[in-house]
Amino acid sequence: MMKLEAIIQPSRFESVKGALLEIGIEGMTVTEVRGHGRQKGHTEVYRGREYTVDLLPKIKLELVLPDKLVDKVVDTILKTAKTGKIGDGKIFLTRVDEAIRIRNEERGENALQ
Amino acid sequence: MRRLAGKCCFLICLMLGTTILPSASLMAQQGGPSVATPSATSSAAPSATSSEPGKALDEKLAQLDQRVTAAQSSADNAWMLVSAALVLMMTGPGLALFYGGLVRRKNTLAIMMQSFALMGVITVLWALVGYSLCFGGNGPLIGGFEHAFLRGVGAEPNADYAGTIPQTTFMVYQLMFAIITPALITGATAERLKFSGTVLFLTLWFLVVYAPLAHMVWGKGGFLNASLGGKFPTLDFAGGTVVHISSGVSALVCALYLKKRTGYPQKPMPPHSLTLSFIGACLLWVGWFGFNAGSALASNGLASSAFVATHFAAATAALSWSAAEWIKNGKASALGAISGAVAGLVAITPAAGFVGPMPALVIGLVAGLFCYWMVTKVKAVFGYDDSLDAFGVHGAGGTIGALLTGVFAQAVINPIFGAGKAVGGLDGHWGQVGNQLVGIAVAWAFALVGTFILLKIVDAITGLRVTEDDEVTGLDIALHGEEAYNLEP
Repeated sequence: MMKLEAIIQPSRFESVKGALLEIGIEGMTVTEVRGHGRQKGHTEVYRGREYTVDLLPKIKLELVLPDKLVDKVVDTILKTAKTGKIGDGKIFLTRVDEAIRIRNEERGENALQ
Repeated sequence: MRRLAGKCCFLICLMLGTTILPSASLMAQQGGPSVATPSATSSAAPSATSSEPGKALDEKLAQLDQRVTAAQSSADNAWMLVSAALVLMMTGPGLALFYGGLVRRKNTLAIMMQSFALMGVITVLWALVGYSLCFGGNGPLIGGFEHAFLRGVGAEPNADYAGTIPQTTFMVYQLMFAIITPALITGATAERLKFSGTVLFLTLWFLVVYAPLAHMVWGKGGFLNASLGGKFPTLDFAGGTVVHISSGVSALVCALYLKKRTGYPQKPMPPHSLTLSFIGACLLWVGWFGFNAGSALASNGLASSAFVATHFAAATAALSWSAAEWIKNGKASALGAISGAVAGLVAITPAAGFVGPMPALVIGLVAGLFCYWMVTKVKAVFGYDDSLDAFGVHGAGGTIGALLTGVFAQAVINPIFGAGKAVGGLDGHWGQVGNQLVGIAVAWAFALVGTFILLKIVDAITGLRVTEDDEVTGLDIALHGEEAYNLEP
């Protein structure tokens, strides 16, 4: 099992979600986050006072996947989340030891279905 | 059903009454309460049977005269009551939203509450002594106690000020000005002045600074009054000196006395909701028609002229501020546009009833650029924390407006010095610019000294600044025990 965390542009989120649904991914956890990597923020000017806003809004997707689906999901996210500009975000993969469904205590990949 | 039947019965009685009663009284149905005297109705019947045609004609003419006066009073009164309501709307919600959007989220309710508190406090003070101090008596500096507790203020017009409307209307209209003026100052003290300190300071400020200035400029015998025997006749149609210079300059004193907000200017303090400010500014623009056109104190041609001048100046100032910003920053901001409009409205306030549409465009243009420069450059150079630019917009805009009024005022628009006498500089009376300067200097001096002394006094009684902890927490929670936005589901 792998946990996939993807930080993406808010404007791409609907496309990514749609594409994931199409390849059969039904569960995900989504958070609105702020941050920046190489993309620097922007400046705002209020009555002559300039502010640099360097933390930009992003969307964080979290999915835990059976090993066989990981490549397909990564490909889908890469395809749909890309705008080609700085600030498109990143995908992180981590190994997951165990998953437990709270309702019936199923364990392992069965809990992900 | 029973209620409906009762209603029908009542309606029938009413209809019967309305058909029988008028046969007894010929006129007076339209009568304004103030000027239509009841004697008109009783004298109507005999005139028809009078044997002397001359006497009958005289009586008929007298009747006609009364009817005309009553009709004019009724029209003027309608406009003035609407104007009074419009000016109140400028404080709440206009100014409250404008300022509310400009502060940080944690101080939204605190700044709104300051405006709202004044709607209560000043109203009560106005009824007790305020109106009398401004418009009672005829001293050169301050009114008297002639109308204290609103004695003698009723349906009869006060011929010194507004001869066609009930004095009650004039009184309540002027009250709305007294409410918004101290409320403007809260823009400079925002996000750090205690609620108790605000209320006490602005109450005293109204009595010590506003009331005398209003009397000097607008009151009978006031030494700056332009039409009722002032030594230095200052043209101030709707409050360039009385409202905007007084509040704007006092705002500067407050900002300097209170010192900067914690973290200013290093820490970003952007407006929390320009949407609120936008709505507020638009309400101010509309309300300003009551403020300026209403200052004609009648529903006449002068009111229309002031209405147009007001609108034109607001429009050009919004454009000139935006243009300056566009050239400087490459972008025209919404905050810039609405700030420009307010600056234009401020500057046209003293001039509204004295200038034509073309000078109004010029005044707006100048005000937009001048206030932009004050707010972006001058404030940064001197480093005072006039949080929401009460001085930069009202103090600066009011001063430039009062000065330009002396340049552009025309007898054609308002022959305030008598028929055929030049009014402003371009009219051929450059001495008026000198008079305007005296008015401006007096208003500045009065606001500077009065505000400084009052701040010292209030500082000793309630204290002025909140603790640094409260400032960080935000005044909404620290002083009022509530939050503006509880968005959790």
